[in-house]
Amino acid sequence: MDWTALRVSLALGAGTIAILLPLGVWFGRLLAGRDFPGKLLVEALVTVPLVLPPTVLGFYLLVTFGARSPLGQAFQAVVGHALPFSFAGLLLASVIANIPFMVQPIQRGFEAIPGDVRDAAACCGLSPWQRFLRIELPLAWPGVLSGAILTFAHTLGEFGVVLMVGGNLPGQTRTLSVAIYDRMQAFDDHGAGVMAATLLVIAVATLMITTALSRRASLRRV
Amino acid sequence: MGHAFQMSALPLMTCGLRTLAALLFVAAVGGVPAATQPVAPPATIAAAANLNFALTEVAERFKRETGTSVTLVFGASGTLTRQIQDGAPFEMFLAADEEFPAQLAAAGLTRGAATVYAVGQLVIFSPTGSPLIADASLAGLARLARAGGVSRFAIANPAVAPYGRAAEAVLRKRGLWVTLQPALVLGDSITQAAQFATTGNAVGGLLAYSLVLAPGFADRGTYAVIPAADHPPLRQAMVLLPAAGPVATAFYAYMRRDAARSILRKHGFSVPE
Repeated sequence: MDWTALRVSLALGAGTIAILLPLGVWFGRLLAGRDFPGKLLVEALVTVPLVLPPTVLGFYLLVTFGARSPLGQAFQAVVGHALPFSFAGLLLASVIANIPFMVQPIQRGFEAIPGDVRDAAACCGLSPWQRFLRIELPLAWPGVLSGAILTFAHTLGEFGVVLMVGGNLPGQTRTLSVAIYDRMQAFDDHGAGVMAATLLVIAVATLMITTALSRRASLRRV
Repeated sequence: MGHAFQMSALPLMTCGLRTLAALLFVAAVGGVPAATQPVAPPATIAAAANLNFALTEVAERFKRETGTSVTLVFGASGTLTRQIQDGAPFEMFLAADEEFPAQLAAAGLTRGAATVYAVGQLVIFSPTGSPLIADASLAGLARLARAGGVSRFAIANPAVAPYGRAAEAVLRKRGLWVTLQPALVLGDSITQAAQFATTGNAVGGLLAYSLVLAPGFADRGTYAVIPAADHPPLRQAMVLLPAAGPVATAFYAYMRRDAARSILRKHGFSVPE
């Protein structure tokens, strides 16, 4: 068991949530609200990481931020290292790849709030901010939690982008999923097996929790 | 160890966001998880996949003798070259050929010129239970191919792996390249080709001698060494990269010492004088 790789995976999952959660709540609520021009395009862009192969994201990130691109050289001059093949670069890739996993459940959560509840809250004289914090967010909470958990689970399972953008640097970009690949390449089937079982358990537990949450949410609404 | 984690996985998830918030803290404070620092920080070294076992042994010996350690990252030479061009923070690169290091040197991405540290050998490998008879002249493979018995045959991808290029040269020389086209499975690196060849998905493959000699490989099948004259020599070169620190520089010198050379020889490489 590669504990360093597990730590990198957990840090990556937590970091992705830290960045995406506030953005996801803001954006999910925006998309759950009334139509606006270009909403279809925006929704498609939010969903597109779900259907694109990870290599497309990896390609664009390397071309944009690699040491040979002007942007990459500028980053290197300021920070001292290239963005790809670093934890920060991996985090950026992970945030982009996880947008649909965070935004969609949150959007569904806000959409499920009946319009009259909102109106009633407005009639009671609550400010928009109070309405959001006291009424909408508590009602949309299962969606928010699902988004966060799915994002975390998906980050742990991400492989293609991690290998392409992160390489395989121990303690930096070697996540658990890459460590499994690395152990397989070294014919260490036992090491790979232990880590594969770990990821499987985390994934099943995650899905059980999200299912339980959404079930509880739908019961409450009936 | 896996068991211990399974026990803790569920509470971790059920605590939901509170635990996640704690994890956020981990990410914020230790964005890059801090490794315990020995005397000198370990050097990060990129190495061709066929060195997976030989170089690991050299690195262990290096650590015993010097007290400093190196972190090895294995991959296909072409992939690693591309990563170095894109800014990967390696301090030294041991390739499976001379061309990739030369390419980096020409682009000004190395410190000094490259040196050949080993010459690799190619073997034909037949996993236990396969109808393929492994022999140096590939007569067994040709016979099996004529009989239509080659469903899958594993080599490394010639586009990114030097051992794949050598495999292509051998198959072309024996007039099998075109015949075997539909059956070829290409590994990203020579180790992935070895995975394909050993897990029963292929009747065999052309692999690196250094891998077939690895401990995990011992009873997985039979092999024969391909004569060096049948393919361009697999002269493997190493080069220091601009980020090289004192540990990497020491390791570079160590690779040419007798201790390292005898380990390389034991793993199926011939070593230039």
